Amino acid sequence: MNLRKSLHALVAGTFFLLSFSAHAELSIQITQGVDNPIPIAVVPFSWQGTGVLSEDISQIVMNDLEQVGEFRPLSRSNMLSMPSSEQEVYYRDWRILAQDYLLVGEIHRAPGSQLVQVQYEFFDINRELKLAGEVLTGSVSQLRDIAHEISNVVFEQVTGTRGAFTSQILYVVAEYVNPERTNFRLEKADYDGQRAQVLLESVEPIMSPTWSPNGREVAYVSFETDLPRIYTQNIATGERRQITNYPNLNSSPEWSPDGTKLAMVLSKDGSPDIYVQDLITNQLTQVTNHPLIDTEPSWTADSRSIVFMSERTGQPQIYQIELGASPFDVERLTYDCFQCLNAKFLPDGVNLVHVRRETRQNPNYQIAVLNVETLRVITLTDTALDESPSIAPNGSMIMYGTKFNGRGVLDAVSIDGSVKFRLPSTQGDVREPAWSPFLN
Amino acid sequence: MTKQSIHSFKMGLMAISLFALVACSSTSDTEEGAMDNEGSSAGSSSSNTARTNPGSTSGQLTQEEIRAQNALRQTVFYFDFDIAEFKPADRETLSFHARDLAANSNKRIRLEGHADERGTREYNLALGERRANSILNYLIVNGASRSQVEVVSYGEERPAQAGQSENAYSRNRRVEVVAR
Repeated sequence: MNLRKSLHALVAGTFFLLSFSAHAELSIQITQGVDNPIPIAVVPFSWQGTGVLSEDISQIVMNDLEQVGEFRPLSRSNMLSMPSSEQEVYYRDWRILAQDYLLVGEIHRAPGSQLVQVQYEFFDINRELKLAGEVLTGSVSQLRDIAHEISNVVFEQVTGTRGAFTSQILYVVAEYVNPERTNFRLEKADYDGQRAQVLLESVEPIMSPTWSPNGREVAYVSFETDLPRIYTQNIATGERRQITNYPNLNSSPEWSPDGTKLAMVLSKDGSPDIYVQDLITNQLTQVTNHPLIDTEPSWTADSRSIVFMSERTGQPQIYQIELGASPFDVERLTYDCFQCLNAKFLPDGVNLVHVRRETRQNPNYQIAVLNVETLRVITLTDTALDESPSIAPNGSMIMYGTKFNGRGVLDAVSIDGSVKFRLPSTQGDVREPAWSPFLN
Repeated sequence: MTKQSIHSFKMGLMAISLFALVACSSTSDTEEGAMDNEGSSAGSSSSNTARTNPGSTSGQLTQEEIRAQNALRQTVFYFDFDIAEFKPADRETLSFHARDLAANSNKRIRLEGHADERGTREYNLALGERRANSILNYLIVNGASRSQVEVVSYGEERPAQAGQSENAYSRNRRVEVVAR
């Protein structure tokens, strides 16, 4: 575990971050859970220091586990005892309450420093077995990071899947001021909407935010020059770079998984086509060439092929092309929808997340997953204006933009459709979520 | 910023053309019959036709010029759902815009394409550009120079009307002609 090291790097990074003010407050609401969630007890961590800690670590862990839907944390008021270390744990207390798992911990001031040490232990009640335990050290401002890191361990111990609780999201907020003015902001927050920071503000639209594979940079489209152009920005330093200035539309940047290239959409030769720009040599390569719209590129995991949307058969459908192949050598992936758009593969490389309009008569756009081998389609959402699906780094959930009570909100749904949560905003329209890669 | 200055510029243009209209209607009151007027005096003498030449120095506007001014005041063109081609009914109005550009080579405009919020943002950005291009191509075929016209698409990012109603959607599927 390299948390200590990464937390210290985070402190240094935080120093350079841009404005913390005027961000949209997002907080999670669970809208749908699984039928048989796993019962887990998260005991309040004891604090062996003076003063009051700014964050309640065990509450953050409880929220994390509840939000993904697979867990049902025990209410604190129902606990028969409140152990904070292994010596104080009586398995019988938790078996009576029908709990499967137990998390306990204590927080100390690190000797001779301003840092705190969080010691946690995680138990399997039925097997009467300690599954995990360690001491994490960080500053008081990093208590949320430490809590999410503990959630990761618990999640992985129980489900076998790496947790994504320390990941972050990018999104765009549009705040209507008057008919002549809307304020646009690019923001970054924890995956649960907490600790939002403004990365860029503009009175012209900001679109299509996306992460570099190492999580240190973002790319987006900004209209700040009156025309849509692609920029990259270093998150820690704020340093920006304009990547494109081609005639007409420049949009839809998407980093290759190996980090060396940026796929994009340019209409410099008349109609929108997919291009790839090498970020080291700046060499631009045209990938598709069709007089109708080609857009929304995404990469396959091996960085060798691009999935994109094209109107070439009349309505938007999903296609795939290998880099270096003839522009005519494209493989069509979707057939059974009126419109299929904005597709990207899950980490398994088989399931294709996309936006789907089933029939011409049904005006709803919903998030769906197509298995390209079995051709089975699962529609995950039941709202009308769902778009911009973004996949959690562990492939367990999809976050997307939708409308609720006429306002743009971010929703998330588990990959099997069983669990949903919403991050409503207290101000403005929130849209275009981009879920980060693993950041630690 | 630029948006605002464009708008005040637009207001200025509107004021000028309004003034021209007022001037025109008042002069046609005093100098009856000086202009060919299909609507009210269609049956008047054939010499009328000869007098409607645009080189007239009387300071009055011909019927054609009035129609041109009315056409140039229409700066927003609406589109059907998922359709990138402008409506046939707008063809004549756009012809006037094209001729105006052809006659005023220093004039520059910007065509701003928009879409309603249905469908994905990137698709709508591309669709807005196709809509603006459909007008651009028509203007060029009818005499405008490519260098006079800039095209930009805002996709669904700058709706004219908020909300999820069909009415809002139909107002948002549009191309705006903006003077530069």
